[in-house]
Amino acid sequence: MLRLYYISINQTNQKMNQNEFITIINPFKDKLFRLAKRLLVSTEEAQDATQEVLVKLWTKNESLNELKSVEAMAMTMTKNYCLDQLKSKRAGNMTIVHNNYTDREANLQEKLEDKDSLNWVEKIINELPEQQKLIIQMRDIEQYEFEEIAKILDMNETAIRVALSRARKTIREYLTKTHNYGIR
Amino acid sequence: MALDRIENLLEKYFEAETSIAEENELKVYFSSTNVAQHLQQYQSLFVHFNNAKEEQFTAAIPLKTTKRKYMAWLSVAASVTILLGVGTFMYLNNQQDAIPSEYGTYDNPEEALKETQKALAMISKHVNTGIESVNYITEYQNSKDKIFKE
Repeated sequence: MLRLYYISINQTNQKMNQNEFITIINPFKDKLFRLAKRLLVSTEEAQDATQEVLVKLWTKNESLNELKSVEAMAMTMTKNYCLDQLKSKRAGNMTIVHNNYTDREANLQEKLEDKDSLNWVEKIINELPEQQKLIIQMRDIEQYEFEEIAKILDMNETAIRVALSRARKTIREYLTKTHNYGIR
Repeated sequence: MALDRIENLLEKYFEAETSIAEENELKVYFSSTNVAQHLQQYQSLFVHFNNAKEEQFTAAIPLKTTKRKYMAWLSVAASVTILLGVGTFMYLNNQQDAIPSEYGTYDNPEEALKETQKALAMISKHVNTGIESVNYITEYQNSKDKIFKE
């Protein structure tokens, strides 16, 4: 009894060394990166975001042992960080971003035929609203259970199912359109 | 795998009612080569999901954070020191300007003379008391002369 108590005290107070930290984050650091890339699109920005989140996690160090799921927390931190980045970027150059957006949209419609269909799926997902992007990324690519997604996004499962269904149907709509277009 | 089962699963998939296992079943089906003609439009979707999971984070993990934090605090400390330095310098400068008016100058020459004499008298008084106390030293000379008579 006494010994158990001692160990639990020891675990919470002990500072992790770098190797231990890396073995903890290794299983999910790619997931963080892919999530960041889904939101920020650019690989470099996604790498910066992932580094930033990992550094934040590392500074939390002592409290990490107490947390039940470091992965879920890291995913939440990545999501928040990326959304903040997007917000500040949009505030900075609202009109330019918008112009680019409409321009690209027109191009997409024109070059519809030339594009490789895998690329297409990527583009369709990137056109989705942010929350749907996040959910598609976590469910269809990372294969998280609804319960985990609910925890990461701090939403209830029903709302997630609704958003996911909407996102998948939007993708289906685009795919059917492009498919038929190819045939005709 | 029966085609109507796949069609069924697809239906459920778009309603977001499939489990992870069922979604994996769909992924396996669509990554095979014999996908039914009317379902081929979905193939790129599931293949893409499989591919997207392959991308990896390759950048270094910068864990030397304590240094970074330290640097931030160092710059804060430096700026505070500089501010304090400039502040006290300005303050002292202002004070020095203020001092001459507090020297106690007199406009009336008579009064000035009186004050000066008072000050000088005080100095001479203090000097005299000093000399008085030094006078004791001659006593030593006297007693020495008594003892060492030649």
